[in-house]
Amino acid sequence: MAKKRTVRTIPQERTAVRELDPVVRGTNFEEVNCGYNEKEALLESERCLFCPDPKCIAGCPVNINIPAFIEKLGQKDYRGAYDVITASNLLPSVCGRVCPQENQCEGVCVVGESLEPVAIGRLERFIGDRAIAEGWVNIPAIEPAPYKVGIVGSGPAGMACAADMAKAGCDVTVFEAFHEPGGVLRYGIPEFRLPNSVIDAEISNLKKLGVRFECNTLVGRLFTIEQMIEEMGYQAVFIGTGAGYPSMLNIPGDSLNGVLSANELLTRCNLMRARDFPKVDTPLPLGRKVAVVGAGNTAMDALRVCLRLGAEKVYCIYRRTKAEAPARAEEIHHAEQEGIEFHWLTNPVEVLGDDTGNVRGMRCVRMELGEPDSSGRRRPVPIEDSEFDFETDQVVYAIGTNANPIIGQTSNLGLNKWGYIQCDDSLATSLAGVFAGGDIVTGAATVIEAMGAGRRAARAMKSYLGLRDDDALESPGTLFGIDLREHNYARVRIA
Amino acid sequence: MPVNEPTTSYFEIVKREDYSDVTYMLEVSHPLMARAAKPGQFVIVMSHEDGERIPLTIADFDAQKGTVTLVIQAVGKTTREMQQTCQVGTRLYGLVGPMGIPSSLSHATKVLCVGGGLGVAPVYPQARGFKELGAKVIGVLGFRNKDLVFWEDKFKSVCDELILCTDDGSVGIKGMVTDGIKLALERHPDIDEAVAIGPPVMMKASAETTRPFGVKTMVSLNPIMVDGTGMCGGCRVKVGEQVKFACVDGPDFDGHLVDFDDLMVRLRRYKEEENAAMKRFEESCRMRDFMVTDAEVREAITTQMGEA
Ligand SMILES: Cc1cc2nc3c(=O)[nH]c(=O)nc-3n(C[C@H](O)[C@H](O)[C@H](O)COP(=O)(O)OP(=O)(O)OC[C@H]3O[C@@H](n4cnc5c(N)ncnc54)[C@H](O)[C@@H]3O)c2cc1C
Ligand code: SF4
Ligand code: FES
Repeated sequence: MAKKRTVRTIPQERTAVRELDPVVRGTNFEEVNCGYNEKEALLESERCLFCPDPKCIAGCPVNINIPAFIEKLGQKDYRGAYDVITASNLLPSVCGRVCPQENQCEGVCVVGESLEPVAIGRLERFIGDRAIAEGWVNIPAIEPAPYKVGIVGSGPAGMACAADMAKAGCDVTVFEAFHEPGGVLRYGIPEFRLPNSVIDAEISNLKKLGVRFECNTLVGRLFTIEQMIEEMGYQAVFIGTGAGYPSMLNIPGDSLNGVLSANELLTRCNLMRARDFPKVDTPLPLGRKVAVVGAGNTAMDALRVCLRLGAEKVYCIYRRTKAEAPARAEEIHHAEQEGIEFHWLTNPVEVLGDDTGNVRGMRCVRMELGEPDSSGRRRPVPIEDSEFDFETDQVVYAIGTNANPIIGQTSNLGLNKWGYIQCDDSLATSLAGVFAGGDIVTGAATVIEAMGAGRRAARAMKSYLGLRDDDALESPGTLFGIDLREHNYARVRIA
Repeated sequence: MPVNEPTTSYFEIVKREDYSDVTYMLEVSHPLMARAAKPGQFVIVMSHEDGERIPLTIADFDAQKGTVTLVIQAVGKTTREMQQTCQVGTRLYGLVGPMGIPSSLSHATKVLCVGGGLGVAPVYPQARGFKELGAKVIGVLGFRNKDLVFWEDKFKSVCDELILCTDDGSVGIKGMVTDGIKLALERHPDIDEAVAIGPPVMMKASAETTRPFGVKTMVSLNPIMVDGTGMCGGCRVKVGEQVKFACVDGPDFDGHLVDFDDLMVRLRRYKEEENAAMKRFEESCRMRDFMVTDAEVREAITTQMGEA
């Protein structure tokens, strides 16, 4: 007989999260989403069904045991919940804020089939923030291993790999070209979405694990990857240098003053704190009417930064529709609330300049969706004779990035035809002892995928160094080349 | 290198010289960079926590001493402020490099190295590099007048011939570097390559001067930069039909292909903000002078009172 199960009703409505008022927040850099308090988190935790075959775990790129942490949360065992999450995810406070949950765990949550899915991201953030407030760190008893590991780039991929290797006892140093660590989390994602205090807390946790950070170090130019292995005594190296190298539209007017990449705008504003100019020295002259091209997370950040810096009008120009926009749903929603003007199905054809070389306007064409292209999305095609001009004095391109060339220029690593680093499944590169992961391997992706890649590389690195890998014992993945999840896999009994 | 040597050495300024009231030289300790640097590369400096990241060409490097040399012209707020604050024994807040693709010191047998204004110092490592490769080096340096001349000895030690040009003729020939270039090209028809570094107008004029002679001319571009790692695109320049990021695709480009007018327009990008920052800086300097006097007066009064 099957065990009798009590039927439980769950709160039907997803617990709302408090947010700053759109009008007020449009003038400051305070975090918009206030996060759950304890009461709200407990209420939301009741909405989980604790499915026997939880879809959410498979939906999570790093397979956090979601029902287990929600269950602990529901029992007010917050420390226990933190331990469950950090077994898979090093950065709950960060990921709870910036993961595209609607495409991952929440997108497949069973509750979501009839109601709004469990707010997994907000619960994760609640636990992560609680850990920061309480100063929890999971520092395992680390047995020193006689290996020096070098990590290039301090973004989420590098941080994750550094943490795992430090936990395995290695002597880990992270090299970062900028003067502050954090990668995109620091220079790209603005404070109203991810406060610096959260990044600082995560970095300080890494330092507690014994990880050293060397900023102001441009690997490739100050020393090469080969030198790290051959001369500097590093037994293994991980490269997580991110995508960088922003694309330009290659339309007339690209080089006018007032046209800049979202990366430049965001770096000036976030890392260089240009929003405090003239108290700091880095300027960021802002237009009154700003047009941002693109509709990914980077575009949303650029739009909302311009608004906060005081632009009167901020337009979002995107050649497809809202349904295809790659940004997190919450960010588009927040941008709309704040008064960003969205122009879907619109494509720039020219940036118009005045006679001093400054932007004065933009010429666009209206688009419609045609046949699906290779990505499966319907390809936007221009509508004939639909060109129109509008006035703008600043144009921001947020249309993606290409591979950063520095490591390729300075090493013999194998690259793919787009210049990204070529890796095998374990993330090993063409040089022995050198591993890579994150945006520099996949092209621009997400924080959680970069972090997952950092951990995957760490696993390969441990086996390369001959270190015992406790994680590998948990989920072997494949056995003799057979995928354990394969349909008719049966365990073979030996003897 | 010995294991566990720190990779960065906290950027202490170990030597400083002032060549004029606007030009100063800083020698900064960074052993690893001193070993890695090659002619044509640059660094990004942050003088203090709230400072800008500014690119500066490496004017010299000494692997033995473990130092890199920067020659700076006080033209904007940051460089003027550094002129006051960067003294021997102080530290830069940030120093990263060497950045950019090193100059390709080709197999040219006779090379013309041209430096004007803030380009005099950066062309030196190239001249030295060519010399070390066995090429004959003809140097052309432009200064406003005799008093502003610096590094004449250094250049003489690596140049087979050195032509100085001054606006007033107080030393060398009277005229611009372009006059010096013409003179050199006429005297040495066998020059097979030229390098010109300086303000964009000067590089443009130099490239135009060498063009009719068909001498390949490399220039080192200095657009506004932020990261210097290819991440922001702020440093993009037009070279021929292409858009290049000077920090990772350069800074050296073929001067006959560079769109200098575009570069000059883009350099004016933050003029207003720079001027505003400059004005504020000057005011704060005046304020500080005033405050110092004030304090001195007070001190004088107290001493007098003490004596009384
Ligand atoms: C504005 C913006 C918003 C985003 N929003 C989201 C979001 O909401 N959710 C989400 O999931 N993803 C988001 N992303 C994408 C996500 O941030 C990236 O996928 C992720 O950060 C990639 O991590 P990474 O570790 O590979 O590289 P990065 O985070 O890019 O870090 C690489 C680091 O390496 C350094 N570096 C580069 N070259 C060298 C070198 N030669 N030597 C030393 N250091 C070097 C760089 O300075 C940088 O600090 C966003 C990206 C941007 C730009
Ligand atoms: S799928 Fe949804 S309901 Fe099921 S365990 Fe995961 S979070 Fe809970
Ligand atoms: S300075 Fe940012 S890309 Fe060159």
